[in-house]
Amino acid sequence: MNSSDFRNAAAAGLPPLDLNELSIHAYARPDGSGGVRNHVLVLPASACATRVCQQIVQRVPGAVTLDNHAGCGQSGKDLAQTLRTLSGFGLNANVAAVMVVGLGCEALQIDEITTALAGSGKPVAALVIQDRGTTRTIEKGEALCRKMVGDAARLTRTPTSLRSLTVGLQCGGSDATSGLVANPVLGMVSDRLVAAGATVMLAETPECIGAETVLMERATDPAVASRIEAVVGRFEERLRATGEDFLGSQPGPGNIAGGITTIEEKSLGCVRKAGVSPISGVLEYAERPPASGLYLMDTPGLDNESVTGEVAGGCQIIVFTTGRGSALGCPIAPVVKVTANGRTFERMRDDIDVGLGEVVEGADSMESAAQRLWCELLLVAEGKLTRSEQHGFDEFAIWRIGPSY
Amino acid sequence: MARAVVMGRTDNVATVLADVALGQEVEVVDETGRSRGGVQAIDDIPFGHKIALRHVDEDRQVVKYGHTIGTATAVIRVGQHVDTHNLGSVRGRVERASQR
Repeated sequence: MNSSDFRNAAAAGLPPLDLNELSIHAYARPDGSGGVRNHVLVLPASACATRVCQQIVQRVPGAVTLDNHAGCGQSGKDLAQTLRTLSGFGLNANVAAVMVVGLGCEALQIDEITTALAGSGKPVAALVIQDRGTTRTIEKGEALCRKMVGDAARLTRTPTSLRSLTVGLQCGGSDATSGLVANPVLGMVSDRLVAAGATVMLAETPECIGAETVLMERATDPAVASRIEAVVGRFEERLRATGEDFLGSQPGPGNIAGGITTIEEKSLGCVRKAGVSPISGVLEYAERPPASGLYLMDTPGLDNESVTGEVAGGCQIIVFTTGRGSALGCPIAPVVKVTANGRTFERMRDDIDVGLGEVVEGADSMESAAQRLWCELLLVAEGKLTRSEQHGFDEFAIWRIGPSY
Repeated sequence: MARAVVMGRTDNVATVLADVALGQEVEVVDETGRSRGGVQAIDDIPFGHKIALRHVDEDRQVVKYGHTIGTATAVIRVGQHVDTHNLGSVRGRVERASQR
């Protein structure tokens, strides 16, 4: 961090809390994790099972599914990443039970998913469409799923340490207010979570281009600093290999209209979400962190793919800052929307959970805003539905790193 | 008076916190709200966009958050709107990045 930077003042952060006093009420899972939601997940192993899964959850209130466009016609690292993402959703503490549905012949065999889920101790069922056709798969799936939802409904929330929380940081539709207020306010909340022993993930690798030194200076050891440089460099090379300037995509038209002119400017604002805590490691897309602390996960900037990676990596809650506005949700995790743009909050009040426009107007302090966001985060952890949950928005997209065959 | 916030001591731009009209006086504050002087806008500048606090020669760095956010693609005068017409990314342009 630049010592001449005024952000030192903002970085003073929230007052310390008695960490022993902190707990949330969550659903205890057999593997020791704690869910802030209690979903039964009907998980399509491939695109060929996605519509069958949708018809099953339409028949069973309380069950959720996700829109998997992958799982076949893939190989190598790309297929492994898809497996890691789908398994990660099943392993997520917000999920009580999983029913995996495959077509039968896809590249991603359902056994690979059920094997990955075995250690979680959760109820897991599996169905293959080619064994009995779609009609009977849907009927059997409905019956199994009803039982799972009934069993899950008998689980209750119990006091759990904040250490069991994993929170993903995200921004989308950023404007100048994101870097000035919403992201540093989220940074204060992030620092408090890390201090409480929780796990926090920063993501969106291309939005670190031009800000890598800010992150590298905070790496817990030189190997982590090199990893940060390497993943950002890898993304930059990938963008450059297209032979085209990033301008127009990074930053995008809305970013530019909102006052963000260059990728460097966007990145320097973006990384403020992660506060000033030390960075313990770099995660591959959808990788689960080895311990608590603050991590950088290598994901695209594209919101749905990035949030999917974070939730697959174990995030139970996403806190999402925006300037222009966003409506994005997730099938299994609450996404808390925050904006410091008062006009956006007015226009999109159906979609934004926390408005911080008063800080930009000079009528509220960063510390008070961070306290408000902290309280909202805990309320959501205890069951308060976010705007995107109320609307039923449930975007899901896997970051593909190889061609379709 | 309209305000603009400056994020770092070495910054040569600030972000206006209201729509600013040509000729308007803008108070510059830091992140803690402390006044850091004033500047007169010589362009219309929309909410959230940047105003130049210092003269920047072409090809010199534009600094925000205490770090470079690109270089001036034209001379930037004090009070001018700093945007895509006079500020270019270094990292985001194939040709410029390869010269880096």
